Amino acid sequence: MTVNKSLLIPLVVFALLVFVLSLGFRLEDPHFLPSELINKPFPEFQLRDLHDPERLITQNDLKGEVSLANVWATWCPNCMVEHPELMRISRDEDISLYGINYNDESVKAIAWLRRYENPFLFNIVDDKGTLAIDLGVYGAPETFVIDTDGVIQYRHVGALTREIWDSEIFPVVALLRAEQKKANTGHEITGRSKTGSEK
Amino acid sequence: MRCLVFVVLFFSFPASAAIDAYPFPNDGLRDRHKVLIDELRCPQCLNTNLAGSDSMIAKDLRREVHRLLLEGKSDEEILDFMYQRYGDFILYKPRLQGGTLVLWFGPPVLLIITVFILIRLLVARKGRRLVMDKSDTDRLKELIGKN
Repeated sequence: MTVNKSLLIPLVVFALLVFVLSLGFRLEDPHFLPSELINKPFPEFQLRDLHDPERLITQNDLKGEVSLANVWATWCPNCMVEHPELMRISRDEDISLYGINYNDESVKAIAWLRRYENPFLFNIVDDKGTLAIDLGVYGAPETFVIDTDGVIQYRHVGALTREIWDSEIFPVVALLRAEQKKANTGHEITGRSKTGSEK
Repeated sequence: MRCLVFVVLFFSFPASAAIDAYPFPNDGLRDRHKVLIDELRCPQCLNTNLAGSDSMIAKDLRREVHRLLLEGKSDEEILDFMYQRYGDFILYKPRLQGGTLVLWFGPPVLLIITVFILIRLLVARKGRRLVMDKSDTDRLKELIGKN
């Protein structure tokens, strides 16, 4: 049996269409923006502490350990949603949690934290939203994982939940800490081998 | 009445979504601001530019564009500033690079393929003329009963 090859064209076109559209369906939330700041140092800033306006906080205050920075505001309904999880992290997890109070009024923010409890070690007042722009924030809440050198390693957009902590945030934190530990013991080993060669 | 309609039509102005009262030292900067916020996409919205969005982030970014313009930054520097923070998403005119090659060259390539297929089909159709040999004409005569 001979088949007219041109009859296959619609079939091929259809198969292509199915393929392209299935890719489209598999895309995650089209609102999602991948962060441009992954593997880049936390942007430089100099902003006031929410509870101690005399104190200026800079990017250097976020270095030294693996930590979380959470962009939040009192006008942001999802920040209310994720608040219990932030409280749980500050209570149960061994990690520093910093707040970036974004486009907010400090009086309102302080009252909000007093009313619902404060999960943050300190809060950076970003009332003009300039730090948020440097961070590429496009909606609150957003949570950044920062490594010991102050480099941004991960970003989550939207409310944090226990599931997201378990499946996304904690693995990144654990990996960073393991790398850190390896780097430290690595130094020790090279140190030892040096003394060994001296002998 | 007619006069009133005339007056209303004559003195109506085009509506614009975002009204920020940004002071500009000259009209050149104002025009560039307008072009830039038209060309930049609001990161929170799927299909609105900075000029057309009321979202907080769009407002902040319009202010940021204004600030950068007053600082004397060039259009390219401002687009770069946005690109470094928000990536490809923020540019309505995507840059020519690995991930955006499909966007730039996909449509022309598809057009070329389509034209190619069309030509092939038309040529094939033209070549497929009805040719009857002796046995065909005999059979035809037999069918229509003319001998």
